[in-house]
Amino acid sequence: MATFGNLSDRLAETFKNLRTKGKLSAADVDGTVREIRRALLDADVALDVVKQFTAHVRERALGDEVNRALNPAQQVVQIVNEELVAILGGEQRRLQFAKNPPTVIMLAGLQGAGKTTLAGKLAKWLVKDGHTPVLVAADLQRPNAVNQLQVVGGQAGVPVFAPEPGNGVGDPVKVAKDALKQAERAQHDVVIIDTAGRLGVDAEMMRQAADIRKATNPDEVLFVIDAMIGQDAVTTAKAFQDGVDFTGVVLSKLDGDARGGAALSVASVTGRPIIFASTGEGLDDFEPFHPDRMASRILDLGDILTLIEQAQQAFDEEEALKVAEKLATEQFTLEDFLAQMQQLRGAGSIKKMLGMLPGAGGMKQQLENFDEREIVRTEAIIQSMTPAERRNPKLLNGSRRLRIARGSGMTVTDVNQLVQRFEQAAKMMKTVARGGMPQVPGMGPIPGSGVGGGKRQATKGSKKKSGSRSGNPAKRAAENAAIASGGSPVGQRPAPAGSGFGLGGGAAKGAPNEEELAALQKFLGR
Amino acid sequence: MAEHASWSLGAALRGVFGAKTIGEDTWEDLESALIRADFGPAVTEEVIEDLTAKVDRYRTTDPRDVQRMLRELIEERLAKYDPTLKLTERPAVVLVVGVNGVGKTTTIGKFARFLRNYDRTVLVGAADTFRAAAVDQLATWAERADAGIVRPEREGQDPASVAFQTVEQAKRDGIEIVIIDTAGRLHTKGGLMDELSKIKRVLEKQAPISEVLLVLDATTGQNGLAQAEAFIEHGGVTGLVLTKLDGSAKGGFVLAVQEKTGLPIKLIGQGEGIGDLTGFTPHVFAQQLVG
Repeated sequence: MATFGNLSDRLAETFKNLRTKGKLSAADVDGTVREIRRALLDADVALDVVKQFTAHVRERALGDEVNRALNPAQQVVQIVNEELVAILGGEQRRLQFAKNPPTVIMLAGLQGAGKTTLAGKLAKWLVKDGHTPVLVAADLQRPNAVNQLQVVGGQAGVPVFAPEPGNGVGDPVKVAKDALKQAERAQHDVVIIDTAGRLGVDAEMMRQAADIRKATNPDEVLFVIDAMIGQDAVTTAKAFQDGVDFTGVVLSKLDGDARGGAALSVASVTGRPIIFASTGEGLDDFEPFHPDRMASRILDLGDILTLIEQAQQAFDEEEALKVAEKLATEQFTLEDFLAQMQQLRGAGSIKKMLGMLPGAGGMKQQLENFDEREIVRTEAIIQSMTPAERRNPKLLNGSRRLRIARGSGMTVTDVNQLVQRFEQAAKMMKTVARGGMPQVPGMGPIPGSGVGGGKRQATKGSKKKSGSRSGNPAKRAAENAAIASGGSPVGQRPAPAGSGFGLGGGAAKGAPNEEELAALQKFLGR
Repeated sequence: MAEHASWSLGAALRGVFGAKTIGEDTWEDLESALIRADFGPAVTEEVIEDLTAKVDRYRTTDPRDVQRMLRELIEERLAKYDPTLKLTERPAVVLVVGVNGVGKTTTIGKFARFLRNYDRTVLVGAADTFRAAAVDQLATWAERADAGIVRPEREGQDPASVAFQTVEQAKRDGIEIVIIDTAGRLHTKGGLMDELSKIKRVLEKQAPISEVLLVLDATTGQNGLAQAEAFIEHGGVTGLVLTKLDGSAKGGFVLAVQEKTGLPIKLIGQGEGIGDLTGFTPHVFAQQLVG
């Protein structure tokens, strides 16, 4: 699939050319802007949005701010990044709840955008937050959409209000209206209305959607759009804005490899914020949308913040502290290594997490080849050791290694490799724990590691607000770029992440190798 | 087929070809129109280059010549591939694949009807055992199309075994055409793509597979290319089905996909009704697209 590089890859390529330049000339800027334009079009960003976007970038790149630049590539990255965040909606927006329950949320979108599945995800997410949602089957058009919603509701553990059988029978407006009464009776505080998929050009169906809206007066109308949609995103979004006037957007199927175009187009054309992103088929694959993170993802700076949040959810805080302490006192053993690995697996797909690292765009191919089973095999090897061996790998002589290899169904070479990798990882982590600057592949040197250690909330803010206030413009630019490249947040939790990936990276032959990551680091201008 | 299909570029191009002479504007407007129609930057560039060269060679200044040349160019490019469905085997096994929400199940319903209209006996296999209520949705369509259906024996049954049983039953009952529905899968999920390879492997033990149709949503942008590549690799796709052409999307990306993958478009869907599925004719398509 390498022939069709995605937006991140294309932009990375563009910036590589810029990096060699000392200063930006007008011709350089034009060339870069043309590349950006092409990259954005390849990523299905709507033509008008692209035109507007490139005009802005060009103007700013030729303006005064760049003339003082030390590294033009960094400057352009920053400009493009800022522009992207601006279009994607700046700050992250939360769901609006009604003052007097029930809060009504209506879902609308094209056929196959993923509305019904999203209804289930949203419901489950709300339940986790302590709400008592009810799902309303107002898609009476598609064959067995009602059944599907019932199954989804069952999976999410949420009641479904479905008075009509569907398949063309029943009046969706009436169903929606009755649902509100039912919600009040049964004390549900959120009502999620799943409507039929409709085309923007289908006037009659759009009127029906508008009628449902009028009848229920929803607090949020969410427009669900497939992240893979092409140039038509603009027309469709406009049609829905005119037809039902949605209040927010949900981007679905973001787990595919198309990831940018539609989000940019819709946000830019309608001015409505993207509130949620749907990232998989499981009911838990659902997260609030973060404009700044999406921009970073597009720019291939990696989705560091999401990565850290996910890691934090999975890693027990206390456990992490214990590990850090052990590291500092050189007591880190294979047992801890095993425990960490198991925690990491609890964090979800390693592949998914690796994909969020900066520069991961360039190693998609290797990521594809990364075998999650490798972790299982490593676990098997460690589990075949005696507790004494786990605590002190130095005990492992030839015959012990042979026994372990037999016990785990691996070869002695595999065992040797594991021990070697463990020693490397332990050494690296020791440096981190002592406050040194490790060369963690791909993460760049860590400026904030000495001061890091805030909780999750602090991390969110730091991305934007902790920009350098240095009076020296060059220094400020460099420091801001460091922040943009995801350097400082990593400092928060270097030990657990470092160890897991140290293993993961080395374990599979196809996994990202260190030279590539180092090269990327250089490319980022550090 | 409607006289003015909604995916036609006619309206967008009227301004371009309505001008008196060919100028800078012509090319710029044409480029915009093609990009908006999801031709993709690469194909758009090629088309524009080709047309400028031709205009130079024939020294024409009439935009209407450009329109004719564009139509011929698109038709020529589309006609490079053979759009006929090969269903001569008995039973002819057709496997339908695609990402989530492109309209696979609906397409199967329409396709079954299409075949029933020619008096072929049809059996559909509900091998989408993953999505909630997918089997029921297919059953409803099968009933409308007057086709038989093989359901999974229990929930979450291995899709390959459902497919196998479907062909088995078709052989037993002497059914002419078998259509297998599969679960939607994103082309980036390795495990699911392997499952698809397995379905194919298992089916081939029963009977040769006549067609593997990849269903693509017309609103999909350039990502359709990535989808097609992955499905070709794992599913051995033999033809494309383009759905949702009744929306506001333009059919431009057909050309891009067909050229990049070397696969012919075999069917196009233009509505939610059971009769809204037609075969693909390059000549007609080019005519309607350019206007």
